[in-house]
Amino acid sequence: MSTPTPAAARPLAIDQASRSGGLRAFGLWLGVALLLVVLPFVIRTPVAVPIMSQMGIAIVFALSFNMLLGQGGMLSFGHAVYFGVGGFIAAHALNLAAARGVYLPVPLVPLAGGLGGLVFAMIFGAFSTIRSGTVFAMISLGVGELMAASSLIFDRFFGGEEGITTNRAKAPLLFGLTFTKDREVYYLIAFWVVVTAAAMYAFSRTPIGRIANAVRDNPERAEFVGYSPRWVRYVSFCAAGLFAGIAGGLFAVNYEILTAENMGLNASGAVLLMTYIGGIGYFLGPIMGAVVFTFLQSMLSDYTGIWLLYLGILFLATVLFVPAGLAGLLMLHAPAWRAGRLPRLIGPYLLVAVFGVVAAVGVVGAFEMTHFLASAESTRATKRLFGVAVAPRTAAPWLAFIALTAVGALGLRWAAPRATAALAEANRPGPSR
Amino acid sequence: MLQIAFFSVLNGLVYGMLLFMLSSGLTLIFGMMGVLNFAHAGFYMLGAYVAYTMGLYIGFWPALLVAPVLVGVAGALVERHGLRRVHRFGHVAELVFTFGVALLIEEVVALVWGRPAKAYEVPALLDFPLFRVFGSSFPAYKGFMLLVAVAIFLFIFAILSRTRAGLIIQASLTHPGMVAMLGHNVPRVFMVVFGIGSALAGLAGVIAGPVLGTFPGMAQVLGSIVFVVVVIGGLGSLTGAFVASLLIGIVQTFAVALDVSVGNVLMALGVPARASVALHDIWKVTIAQVAPIMPYLLLVLVLMIRPTGLFGTRET
Repeated sequence: MSTPTPAAARPLAIDQASRSGGLRAFGLWLGVALLLVVLPFVIRTPVAVPIMSQMGIAIVFALSFNMLLGQGGMLSFGHAVYFGVGGFIAAHALNLAAARGVYLPVPLVPLAGGLGGLVFAMIFGAFSTIRSGTVFAMISLGVGELMAASSLIFDRFFGGEEGITTNRAKAPLLFGLTFTKDREVYYLIAFWVVVTAAAMYAFSRTPIGRIANAVRDNPERAEFVGYSPRWVRYVSFCAAGLFAGIAGGLFAVNYEILTAENMGLNASGAVLLMTYIGGIGYFLGPIMGAVVFTFLQSMLSDYTGIWLLYLGILFLATVLFVPAGLAGLLMLHAPAWRAGRLPRLIGPYLLVAVFGVVAAVGVVGAFEMTHFLASAESTRATKRLFGVAVAPRTAAPWLAFIALTAVGALGLRWAAPRATAALAEANRPGPSR
Repeated sequence: MLQIAFFSVLNGLVYGMLLFMLSSGLTLIFGMMGVLNFAHAGFYMLGAYVAYTMGLYIGFWPALLVAPVLVGVAGALVERHGLRRVHRFGHVAELVFTFGVALLIEEVVALVWGRPAKAYEVPALLDFPLFRVFGSSFPAYKGFMLLVAVAIFLFIFAILSRTRAGLIIQASLTHPGMVAMLGHNVPRVFMVVFGIGSALAGLAGVIAGPVLGTFPGMAQVLGSIVFVVVVIGGLGSLTGAFVASLLIGIVQTFAVALDVSVGNVLMALGVPARASVALHDIWKVTIAQVAPIMPYLLLVLVLMIRPTGLFGTRET
């Protein structure tokens, strides 16, 4: 690694290193905050700000989910419960504030949601975290279904079918800040994203955050070292509930409505999808996953009715071929980047990209034609696909798309191993050959 | 009252045996591979849809035989080319994978067959009331469902306890390493069991589709309940799955039939029915409304108190 340092010099060196590391980390967070401030001025399309707000909420939610899955090794199928409960409590708090029952300005409403998420996580976590693995997953599923079924019974709190609506314009003001425009809400969400992301990152660096990793990898050994795995899991679980509740509170502020769907199994599944696609092994993973997932969700749903199918395929492909996710894929290139060998990968990667696009066009074309034939719009004879009018009721486009899929798949089988080999070669330590 | 009890028991038996057809495959798969298969109910749905489409061309009875086979092949392919691949990434990855497959099956079904429910009907041959008691009739098709489920139950037990293949499967449940040492191809046994389990789920779909409805959400309706059955019965235990299926089936049908609210119960017990505002929601809750919650309450309780389930011998 490096040359050994004299023992006397070591504490000082460590001290300096940690101080400069701390400064660098602080600069990084400041840079992120600045980026979030200028983003609405850079991307000037009208839909950008609402989508970025949605991404912010998804980022907080996915990061809190990864506190369980990535850092604690607990796979939850009911994490939306804490998001939803936090959201409902935040919505009720906002209504109470609007009626001047309590003084609660809009910027602090997410805290009410976080408190709600924390309280419910403390209750459900008490028995959920006894064990990890499949038992934890099953209990989380049971709790999720339990809450989803309860939401239909207790309609005073959950608002029944219509949900709970609220109005952020009626709440008391803090420093005279109003939240009537999308951009103002975006800045509020951005503020909470930076604060909660920094807090969650800090949590992962605390002793208990580190021990959570140990409990994930080897609970028995962590117990022998003197930590109660159950207690460690419980603390992680409560923290995750708190941040999920804050995300729910942000949702309540942004959309001013919450329905039982927000805490159902589908919402829990969505956060699993985005976190896994982004990569559970890295802090950056859920952030990337939330951004990509929300972007695809809002973009694809404009173009096609079967966007959920594409997201499902993307998810399965991630699980099968890139289990480390997008962030893991990026980090795989770190050694090559440090060695300055990334340019050699351009050739093999370009080949993979070309065949990948060919295969994707074939698959998407076939799916879209199927969708066209199966749905009600099939009274027309042609459909525009990739800028071309195709007639799904004739054989020619089917053959063309199947041929494209086959060519792309065969090409990928040929090109992918080459790209992997090129990456391994570029990552090889030592001087380049 | 007697009428409600009689029909609730009958309907509970039918529903419970249907649950058993789903949970028997799931519990075998879990016992062997240690993976809870989220996609299991997806195969159940595939069975219903495939049989519906085939029924339009070749009729119900041939579809009853062919559709489960097709679904079983699909299941075996998923195991061979998907599950086996993610196996090396650990149990969490396997759970996540089957979750993804479940999602994909639902989306593909919605893509191919559309979102609205399909008019998958009871075959004309069985579309008559089997008998009439207490002024209500019991449809012959439900009797047929019960018959098929009992036949499947006997079939599985006969195979597992009386044949050589069953012995190998049972041994693979507990001692996969030893079975492999004796020269059996354990991965292939896994694949076959996964395929048979999926085929059983498909068969359940074929016969349940006309009664419970054939729509893209049908997998989600039963999916979680089947998990509950498998966990309560004890993971990997066929006897447990059988008992828990009947238990859940009968409890749920009884609860749905009882239109009594908490307030009524308290009043019958002599508690004055003064529904205050805060308790109003709880007061008017009926037993029928609580019915969907009960399986999950049971699930959580069993996992807390006895994680091995009723008949299970080991924890997950």
